[in-house]
Amino acid sequence: MFRERFPVLKRRVNGRPLVYLDSSATAQKPEAVIAAEARFLREHNANVHRGMHTLASEATDLYEACRKRTARFLGVPHESQVVITRGTTASLNLAAFGLAARIAPGDEILVTEMEHHANLVPWFQMARRAGAVVRAVPITDDGQLDLDAYRSLLNARTRVVALTHVSNVLGTINPVAEMAAAAHRHGALVVVDAAQSVGHLPVDFQALGCDLLAFSAHKVYGPMGLGFLVGRPEVLEMLDPVEFGGEMIETVTLEDATWAEIPARFEAGTPNVAGAAAFPVALDLVDEASIERVRTHEISINATALDRLASLDGLVVYGPDDPAQRGGLVSFHDPLVHPHDMAQILDAAGVAVRAGHHCAQPLHRRLGVVATTRASFGLYTTHDEIDALVAAIGDARRMFGT
Amino acid sequence: MMDELYREVILDHHRSPRGSAPLACCDAEASGKNPSCGDDVTLQLKYDAERIVGVSVATQGCAIATASGSILAELVVGRTSDQVRVLAEAFRAVMHSDAGELADELDPGDLEVLTGVRKFPVRVKCALLPWITLLEAVASAEQGRAPSETTTEA
Repeated sequence: MFRERFPVLKRRVNGRPLVYLDSSATAQKPEAVIAAEARFLREHNANVHRGMHTLASEATDLYEACRKRTARFLGVPHESQVVITRGTTASLNLAAFGLAARIAPGDEILVTEMEHHANLVPWFQMARRAGAVVRAVPITDDGQLDLDAYRSLLNARTRVVALTHVSNVLGTINPVAEMAAAAHRHGALVVVDAAQSVGHLPVDFQALGCDLLAFSAHKVYGPMGLGFLVGRPEVLEMLDPVEFGGEMIETVTLEDATWAEIPARFEAGTPNVAGAAAFPVALDLVDEASIERVRTHEISINATALDRLASLDGLVVYGPDDPAQRGGLVSFHDPLVHPHDMAQILDAAGVAVRAGHHCAQPLHRRLGVVATTRASFGLYTTHDEIDALVAAIGDARRMFGT
Repeated sequence: MMDELYREVILDHHRSPRGSAPLACCDAEASGKNPSCGDDVTLQLKYDAERIVGVSVATQGCAIATASGSILAELVVGRTSDQVRVLAEAFRAVMHSDAGELADELDPGDLEVLTGVRKFPVRVKCALLPWITLLEAVASAEQGRAPSETTTEA
């Protein structure tokens, strides 16, 4: 869909047409987003909130319009529930350290075995300082969360459940609403890493039932260096700010300071205003395509990829078999070809994939491999590109075969 | 272009790595690891007086790292610590330069082929890992100390 709107997709790489299968790392940007970012810099560039002049007022309007547009996209009742950050990692750090004062020694934080390091390491660090214990929900052999284990891990000491909506390696879509309801019965807060879901499948903040939700603009066809932490108002009120400085204060004396209202309380310093000015254009694109159609398209690409990869003898594909039970990505391991060799050979054929542990070392340990190769999709991915991927994998296997 | 990186000599070393069996007893051992890609090398040396008489290189990693370890196993037996140090340093210098080659008097064997990897900067650390691990093993043998784990990721 809309392939012609993404200028980089016209590129050739190593003499071949670019086949971009790394949208889980970052999605490509449509011309309209690139133009909107440039337009901000050409016509409006100013810092936000404090200026009295026309440009400052325009910049502030654009920045706040991004907050409002993002709230509308996710079905969030009020834009004050949307904190603008630098990205998912910053959002999750804010969630973890913002809650630190509420965590007592012996309290428990539940993570899962399939988390990205960004939804593990902040919790480890916070737990260490608070004297809390981090426990991990295991996965089953077919790459789903073990929900029986989850329910038995939940207890009265569980303060936070931190989980991903869609695994960036397995593609697994976790039953967040069901898990959030169970967590809430034990009085725990639920923090969701939605980096791989927003813009790729329908995400309704209210329906998910979580307390805090983090994602990045750049995986939704928007700019890098821009992300969001969306929260229920009473949960955002519970968070302490973790960055201090300009913009986030109410009153500062030479001895102390009081904090601004949410969400400004969490937005110290100069934000990525150009990115924020452009992000609504990316959301407009997804809405124009319709998220349901984007999702249907990614499922059909999943189906082609799973089907074609299954035809390669000995290739191990991870995650759910059902293309409709996974986000738009497929990770695999070829016993004959190390993932770094695979990615290098694919690149020579113009096929861009990601090889490595994808910032999920505990998951790879569970899978019994150091690294995997991941092909990930977007609304612009075509079935022909899957053919190019599979042909290039075939070349690599022939090269490495004995 | 891939033919330059994955030369037949390199693929052959990758398919059947030399010196991959562990030594029954050894005089020095070191390990090297590149965390970002997961490459992992365990290297053992056996000495008879000054000369290396046995080597084992166990590489878990990509074809470049495995081939490099295999070539290393072919080259170090019969050399002294000083000689392998000169060879390893020469290889490192060549891999970090745009031109130049390994001197013939180093008797570099298949290592000359591996210098082609420098055209692919992100893979240089794969080729170097066994050799940096070798330097660590040699140093620990000479100083009679336990080796520390090494890496070619800065």
